[in-house]
Amino acid sequence: MTAPTAAPAVDADASLARFEELIAAGETIEPRDWMPDGYRRMLVRQIAQHAHSEIIGMQPEGAWLTRAPSLHRKSVLLAKVQDEAGHGLYLYSAAETLGVDRADLLDALHHGRQRASATFNHPALTWADTGAIAWLTDGAAVINQAPLCRTSYGPYARAMRRVCQEEAFHVRQGYDLMRALCEGTPEQREMAQDAVDRWWLPAVALMFGPPDTEAGGDARTAALGAAVSRRALAWGIKRHTNDELRQRFVDTCVPQAERLGLTLPDPAIRWNEERGHYDFTPVDWDTYREALGDDTHWARQRVAHRRAAHEDGTWVREAAAAYAARTDDTARGEDG
Amino acid sequence: MSAAAREGAPASWEVFLRARRGLAHQHVGSVRAVDPDAALAAARDLYTRRGDPLSLWVVRSDAVHAASPDEHDPYFAGARHKPYRHPEHFAPLTEKGTEGDHHT
Amino acid sequence: MTTTREAPPRHRAAPAGDADLATLLLRLGDDALVLGQRLCQWITWAPTVDEDLALSNIALDLIGHARVLLTRAGRLDGTGRTEDDLAFTRPERAFTNVLLAELPNGDFAATVARQLAYTHYAVLYYEALAGCADPELAAFGARAAKEVAFHRLHADRWTRTLAGGTATSARRLREGLERVWPYTAELFEEDAVLRRLTASGTVPSPAGVRRAWERAVADVLTGAGLTVPAPAWTATGGRSGLHTEEFGPLLAELQSVHRQFPGGTW
Repeated sequence: MTAPTAAPAVDADASLARFEELIAAGETIEPRDWMPDGYRRMLVRQIAQHAHSEIIGMQPEGAWLTRAPSLHRKSVLLAKVQDEAGHGLYLYSAAETLGVDRADLLDALHHGRQRASATFNHPALTWADTGAIAWLTDGAAVINQAPLCRTSYGPYARAMRRVCQEEAFHVRQGYDLMRALCEGTPEQREMAQDAVDRWWLPAVALMFGPPDTEAGGDARTAALGAAVSRRALAWGIKRHTNDELRQRFVDTCVPQAERLGLTLPDPAIRWNEERGHYDFTPVDWDTYREALGDDTHWARQRVAHRRAAHEDGTWVREAAAAYAARTDDTARGEDG
Repeated sequence: MSAAAREGAPASWEVFLRARRGLAHQHVGSVRAVDPDAALAAARDLYTRRGDPLSLWVVRSDAVHAASPDEHDPYFAGARHKPYRHPEHFAPLTEKGTEGDHHT
Repeated sequence: MTTTREAPPRHRAAPAGDADLATLLLRLGDDALVLGQRLCQWITWAPTVDEDLALSNIALDLIGHARVLLTRAGRLDGTGRTEDDLAFTRPERAFTNVLLAELPNGDFAATVARQLAYTHYAVLYYEALAGCADPELAAFGARAAKEVAFHRLHADRWTRTLAGGTATSARRLREGLERVWPYTAELFEEDAVLRRLTASGTVPSPAGVRRAWERAVADVLTGAGLTVPAPAWTATGGRSGLHTEEFGPLLAELQSVHRQFPGGTW
């Protein structure tokens, strides 16, 4: 249920042993089970960040709802932006089973104490961006999120199963949108290539998190990333390293881009027979850190937009709360 | 801003959906809403965007009375030690095992 | 006119009856398209994320209605224009939506007021169309009436909530209703096209649902402790392509990408 009271740890050692036993057996942890504080905190942080990313992620595509070039594409984009709102709400609902309040999570987003994925700290400059975002960043999300359908925390896993089913539509429609552009006029094709040039790096770098293996980055970076990932893997929150998933993403995208006749903007991409994977330029830690910075126009703009919508709506939410309080009183009066 | 008007601050409602005929209502998650009508509308928009669901319930989360985890054993331990409630406890009705049972 | 009915004619110059029906379909399609476009402007700016979801759901249904109506209008008027030709290549003066649909969103209360007026009208008129002599339009009316009935629940609930909420919300809603109400009469206007369609028994006139609409919105408004606005004037012009100045930017935005890529396929 939504507001759990944590089970009192009568015997902390026994509780921890029981928790680890469940994790080892691949069972899910449910809201009223005892869980280590670190596990709860890591989940709240990860689920909230994911929820915030869905909500902030509505903005770049939402900006094109009024300009979609056909009524079919307009309907599809509406359905997609709607799903993003829905995914944010599923995830806030899951986070609340851990004893946090979604109002506090939204406050944290609005006031910079929690973040959304930096992927969306980039502008959607043309119509083709809506296709590139869906194909590449949602494609990355599906690869990232598919293992989370089996994550150890039950409500999160169940929310993610819903999310993943719906994300599959997002990727397909994005690819379909790009294909239409690639089969269109030279100007449409040019717009498609430009969008891919701008969205490839945000997808490949930012959707998967920092490098966390030696293969993915320099030793120092890898060590930093690996420490975080180790914990999440041990608890069954994560199932794969960031770099494993990143490789899977590149391997998926390269043939798709070839079919579209688009070039992914990384000259190092080539098939490596020995590894059985595509090689690509490792994610540069400094570039990564820079993209995460709050001091870019778009990092500020995304949160400012969200905060402005929230503040503009204050009087509406106050009205709803006042109306509910009044009708509650009336109902009670009639009962008595 | 009043506390109640913070986004996400209204009461929590558990949402139960009968996704298709033949299924019981299943818990699908929760919504925040100021009253039952708003909760149903929010649940409809959130949990029924696909498929052809048959019915939707919302129940105020604080109205759900649940056995607490430290009561787990008194509530549920008894069930574990009564194997004779399961057909597998007994000799099969035919050579083929359970296939000869009337209801299988 | 009860037992035998011919399938709607296709691929030939539009007979007079078809031209009138096409005009009506275009009007209704433009209403749905333009209101849907206005609601799209709310998305990511709504008072809550739940409301972003609710408004986008309504917009999605409206765009769906527009697609059916415009597609058939283009088929019946003899020009063979597609839904996208009609939505993205006509100039301002060729749009025939009511001015109500194009009114800028204003604050949330003004949007609720506009939704209240439109949804009550649309449910009643689509229900009337569901019984009309044209089988395709009747099928559309039956389906669309159910969808708009949910939009009407949304509008009714917010009308009650804002009216019974705080002093601010009640004031904003009253202002929204005052602003919107002069534009409601146009929904029920009857002209030569509608008179011919009604006389031939093809389609009922929206004028026929006016009384029911007045009763229905009065019930909601008085139930919420409000009075029905009694505007001193009524707006008109949309059906003959005479729009508000705010309509130009709305259309420019709607058509911008489509127009930037001549010959584009989407």
